[in-house]
Amino acid sequence: MDRVPLERKVLSENDRIAAELRARFLEHGILCVNLISSPGSGKTSLLERTLETLPRHDRVAVLTGDIQTENDANRLKRFHFPVKQITTGGTCHLDARMIERHLADWKLEDLDLLLIENVGNLVCPASYDLGEAAKIVVLSVTEGEDKPLKYPSIFFKSDLLVLNKIDLLPYVPFDIEAAAENARKVHPGMEIVKVSCLTGNGLHEWMMWLSERRRACKPLAKNTAS
Amino acid sequence: MHEMGIANSVLEAVRTEMGLHPGTYPCKVGVRIGEMAAIDQDALRFCFEAIVHETDLEALELGIEVCPRRHRCQLCGCEFVVHDYDSRCPQCASLATTCISGDELELAYLEVEEYGPSAVGAKSTQ
Repeated sequence: MDRVPLERKVLSENDRIAAELRARFLEHGILCVNLISSPGSGKTSLLERTLETLPRHDRVAVLTGDIQTENDANRLKRFHFPVKQITTGGTCHLDARMIERHLADWKLEDLDLLLIENVGNLVCPASYDLGEAAKIVVLSVTEGEDKPLKYPSIFFKSDLLVLNKIDLLPYVPFDIEAAAENARKVHPGMEIVKVSCLTGNGLHEWMMWLSERRRACKPLAKNTAS
Repeated sequence: MHEMGIANSVLEAVRTEMGLHPGTYPCKVGVRIGEMAAIDQDALRFCFEAIVHETDLEALELGIEVCPRRHRCQLCGCEFVVHDYDSRCPQCASLATTCISGDELELAYLEVEEYGPSAVGAKSTQ
């Protein structure tokens, strides 16, 4: 019996494609973010409010993933930015190859921001690198404040927690401070914004976070080019 | 439930590796899974057994090593296992600690056995 060391990632092929995508995003100064949540936490609503706020001429595109239907893409297309639906046909997460394939006929030099909405699932998307600069986890107040403890992986790997539907706080027994504390137990120092996509409350902080990240992307691209 | 995809990737890696070891067959493949890797061990075993069933790799065993979440203290350098999300340094009580492992989803090893004289040519892993 011989034991051969393998010592590589199980998803090394996905990671290889993701690394190529990341290098292309960096080269073109594109901020790519990957939005992840349970189904119904408000990823599409957050994107609607984001696209609504951005200037028409902004260089933004959206890839939105679902198991079936073009519904989300149809919701997002009315803002006149390039939007593509990724229909996985059963797969519970997006992977790097799907992103690569759906980017094929977009010119990356025309983009500054790529927003990816993952399939609604708090578990599986955590394992798949899409080449993004940051994962963002969305949690709504109609879920439970212990979600970060029950599904630690995605909270651990995300740079930002968007606590959504705060307009419902008076009507639901959700302890928002406990939720934030739980998220920071899993991910010490995690950034958190509290928003309502319905009333617009807190969206300014979200847009500020996004624009700061976009600014941080630009000098990197220049350095690489020079 | 992405364990089926993970199981498939493990099996693909085994088949690729076996190309480098002619005259042998694989007995066991070892993977390392961090407790923060969002992989359900039972689901992974179930999927793995389902995809090797009635194939030439039916006898291949899956070994899973679970890796705990470990942090290193930025102040005193102490390395420790994090229990119940308590990432405070057990030595100096600092909260400035960095995660160093617990997120693994890695292929660790493959155990291969040489075919006995009677088995030569009887089996193929390709």
